[in-house]
Amino acid sequence: MQTPALPIPESRPLVPPSLRGVLPVLLAVPALALFHWALSGSEFASYLLSVMGVNIILAVSLNIVNGMTGQFSIGHAGFMAVGAYIAGYASLQLKEVALSFLPVAASDQVLFTVALLLGGLAAAACGFLVGLPSLRLRGDYLAIVTLGFGEIIRVVVQNTDAFGRALGLSGIPQYASPSMVFFWVFLVVLAARRLAASSHGRSLWSIREDEVAAEAMGVDTTGYKVRAFVFSSFFAGIAGGLFAHFVPIINPGSFTFVRSMEIVVMVVLGGLGSTTGAIIAAIFLTLLPEGMRSLFGALGTEGSLAQRVDQIRMPIYGLLLVVLMLSRPQGLFGTREIWDVLPKWLSRKRGGQA
Amino acid sequence: MAQLLQHLINGLAAGTIYALVALGYTMVYGVLKLINFAHGDVMMVGVYMGYASAFALGREARGSLLGIAAVFAVAMLGCALLGFIIERFAYRPLREKPRLTALITAIGISFALSYGFQLDIGFLPGASPRAFPEIIEPTEWLIIGDRDVVVWNWQIISFLIAVGLMVGLQYLVFGTRFGQAMRAVSWDHRVAALMGIPTDRVIALTFMLSSGLAAGAGLLYAIKDTSVSPLMGLYVGLKAFVAAVIGGIGHVPGAVVGALVLGLVEEFVVGYAASSWRDAVAFGFLILVLLVKPGGLFGRVAAEKV
Repeated sequence: MQTPALPIPESRPLVPPSLRGVLPVLLAVPALALFHWALSGSEFASYLLSVMGVNIILAVSLNIVNGMTGQFSIGHAGFMAVGAYIAGYASLQLKEVALSFLPVAASDQVLFTVALLLGGLAAAACGFLVGLPSLRLRGDYLAIVTLGFGEIIRVVVQNTDAFGRALGLSGIPQYASPSMVFFWVFLVVLAARRLAASSHGRSLWSIREDEVAAEAMGVDTTGYKVRAFVFSSFFAGIAGGLFAHFVPIINPGSFTFVRSMEIVVMVVLGGLGSTTGAIIAAIFLTLLPEGMRSLFGALGTEGSLAQRVDQIRMPIYGLLLVVLMLSRPQGLFGTREIWDVLPKWLSRKRGGQA
Repeated sequence: MAQLLQHLINGLAAGTIYALVALGYTMVYGVLKLINFAHGDVMMVGVYMGYASAFALGREARGSLLGIAAVFAVAMLGCALLGFIIERFAYRPLREKPRLTALITAIGISFALSYGFQLDIGFLPGASPRAFPEIIEPTEWLIIGDRDVVVWNWQIISFLIAVGLMVGLQYLVFGTRFGQAMRAVSWDHRVAALMGIPTDRVIALTFMLSSGLAAGAGLLYAIKDTSVSPLMGLYVGLKAFVAAVIGGIGHVPGAVVGALVLGLVEEFVVGYAASSWRDAVAFGFLILVLLVKPGGLFGRVAAEKV
C-alpha cells in the first residue's frame, strides 16, 4: 500500500537505432535555423511558440520525476520560479555589460545563456534540497513536501526586495527567441530520452515499478530519486529563465500551485512516463485556449465568452483530470513513445499482420 | 504578557477551525488511504450554501438561534450530499486502482469546484469575494484591562461548537458500531467486507460525515473571516491538510493537536514577525516535522511489506 503503484507497465524498448548518435543533432540544427527564418516577422506566433516550448520543457522535465521515477511531485512551478527569478535578476545586472570581442547580438546571447544556466543550476540546487527528504518520505508525503516547497519559494520571492516583492521583476531584456526556446526543447527531449534508455534510466523505472524490490536488487533508490529531482528541476529552471526573457514581467503570481497543476495535467494527459505524450499534451493544452478563443470568436457568440476562455480553462482542466482517470488512467500514450505506437498503427491501418 | 495571551486566544480559535477541517481529511485518509484534495473545496461549497440560505432567511430570522441552526443544517446536509455524489461517481470506480489515480482525480475535482465557482455564469457566484452575512452578531465577550485582551463571542461559540463536534466524532469512532465498522474498513477493507461489513456504505457515510463537518467548519471560518470566495477552499483546505499531516494523518486526536499547533504557530508569526511569511512558515513547519517524524507527530510509519 505504501508505494504509489502506477498504471500497468509495458515493455520498455530502447531508443530505435535511427534516433541514436548524431542523427538528431544533424536534423535539428537546420530545422531550428529554418524555423528561426520562417518566424521572423510574426510577433504573435513567436510568442505562442515560445509559450509552447516552455510548456514542453516543463512537461518533459516533470515527466522524469513523475513519470519515470514514479515520485509524484506537485511543486514544479517552484523550480520554474527559481530559474526565472535568478536568470531574470542576472540579466538585469548584466544588462549594461557587453563582451567587446563579440558583436552586440552575439554578446547578448552569450550573457543570456550564462544567466539561463545560473537559473538552471540554482533550480537544480533546490531540486537537490527537495529530493533529500525522499530518503525518509515516500508516496503521498513526498508529494506534500514538493507542494509545500513550491509555496515556500513563492513566499520567499514575494518577500525579497531584490526580486521586487509582489510587483516582480520588469524590464528584463527580451533575449529569448522561439528558436532559442526550441533549442532547449531539443536538449531536454534528447536528454530525457537518452536518460530513459540508459542504465540510470532503468534504475528510475525500477523505482517506479516497485521501490522495495529495486532496493533489494541493489538500486540506490534515494540516490536515484535525488538525481531525478536535480535533473528535472534543472530543466524547469531553464524553462523559467526562458519564460522570464520573453514575457515583459515576472511576478510571484505566475508561479503558484495552479501553474504546477497545469504542468501535472500535461504529464498525466500525455501518459506518465511517455516523453512523446508530454510533448503532445503540452502542445495541445497550449493551443486549446487559443483555439477556443478563435472558435467562440468565429461563432459570433457574445464577445464575453471568448474573453472568458481563461476562466473556463481551469475548471475544464479539473474535469479533464477526473474523466481521464476514470476512462484512461494511463493517459494518451501510457509509457509508450511515438515509435512504439506509429508502426503498429500504420500496419493496422493497412490491414496487415496485427 | 497581555499581547501573548491575546495571541494564544486567537491562535487557539483559528486552530479549532483548522482542526474541524483537518478531521475530515484524517477520517477519509484513515478509511481509504486517499488524500481528499477536494475537501477544502467541498467546504467552500458548503459556505456558499450557508450564504444562500442566510440570505433566504432574511435579516431578522438570521440572528436567532433557530436561524443559525437552519443555516448550519442546510450547509452541512447539502455538503454531505455533495460528498456522497463525489465519492460515488469519482472515487468509488477507482477504489481498486493505484492510489495515484485517486489522488489525481481528487486534485481534478478540487480544481473543477474552485475554478468552476469563479465563473459568473448562471447561479455561480463569480470570482470576487463577498461579505458573509452576520449570522452571529460579533460582540466582545470578555475584555481584560484596557482592551489588552479581547475575547469575541464568535471565538467562544466556534470553540464550543468545534469541541462539541470533536467529542461527538471521537465517540462515534470509538463508541459506536458504525465507528467499529469504520475502523475495520480502515484496517483492511477486503477482510472487512468478508466479515460482512458493508464497506461501500461505510465509506460513503464516512465521506458524508467528513463533508458535513467541513461545511460546519467552513461556516465558522466565514463568520471569523466575514467573507466568502471561491478560492477560500484551496487555502483553508491546504492549511487544514498540513495540520492533519503534522498530527499524523489518519489519527483523530493527532489532527486536533496538529491544527492547534499550526493555528498557534501562524498566529505567532503574524503577531511577532510578518504576516506575509505565514504560509511559508506553515509549510516549513510541516517539512520540519515530516523530516524528524516521517509519519507526523502521532502517526506511525507502516512497515513495508516485501
